[in-house]
Amino acid sequence: MVKDLEDVVIRTASRILIPFIQIYSLYVFVHGHGSPGGGFQGGCIMAASFILMAVAFNLNMAERRLKERTNAIFCALGVFIYAGTGYLSFLYSGNFLDYGQLSHLLPTDPIKARYYGMAMIELGVQITVMAVMVSIFLDLVTAGKHEKTPEEDGND
Amino acid sequence: MNKLAALLVTLMVGGLLFYSTAFFPKWGDPKQPGSMHVSPRYIEKTLAETKVPNAVTSVLADYRGYDTMFETSVIFTAGIAVMMLLRRPS
Repeated sequence: MVKDLEDVVIRTASRILIPFIQIYSLYVFVHGHGSPGGGFQGGCIMAASFILMAVAFNLNMAERRLKERTNAIFCALGVFIYAGTGYLSFLYSGNFLDYGQLSHLLPTDPIKARYYGMAMIELGVQITVMAVMVSIFLDLVTAGKHEKTPEEDGND
Repeated sequence: MNKLAALLVTLMVGGLLFYSTAFFPKWGDPKQPGSMHVSPRYIEKTLAETKVPNAVTSVLADYRGYDTMFETSVIFTAGIAVMMLLRRPS
């Protein structure tokens, strides 16, 4: 169990930093097409913000923002989005993960459709990586019990 | 005795691997097989075929899409494995 630090410096710094970390994560994810970045990196940064939340405040705080059940669904949802994007091209008798076939669904030409297909699978990667990192962290620090910290909720 | 045999096998395999590194192409050699036909094709055709300015992304997500899909599955599997190992009903 993570001990509650009760340190005003750490808490204030984290409260200021966490939104910027999350925005930066989305920046890394969205700009994966034009610069270094993408789903894996963006997902890790997003997970880092939740881990910082759990370390600087307490587990309840992180758990309130991202419920354990929601997180477990996110783990599977990312892989589902990725594989589902691949299966979408089956509808138009394309090959698996042939994003060019998405041009039937999106108002673009087949070449630009590959661009959007990649954005979709990167979104899946981002969601899965974020959820799995947070899940592994919470499992390891609580030895799988996900117990509440003794103090009452809401006094952050 | 077992440990000695294991050490011997480890040293032999390790030595073999180190020996084989001598036959690698030189670092950054433009004549190495990987740079001869695969890389130039990706670098030249990425923008025309996918409209993605970053060749790394197009290789990762499009040309090698299966690879990345199963990388994601591996991460998912790792998360599930940690859940199965640690979240025991007490």
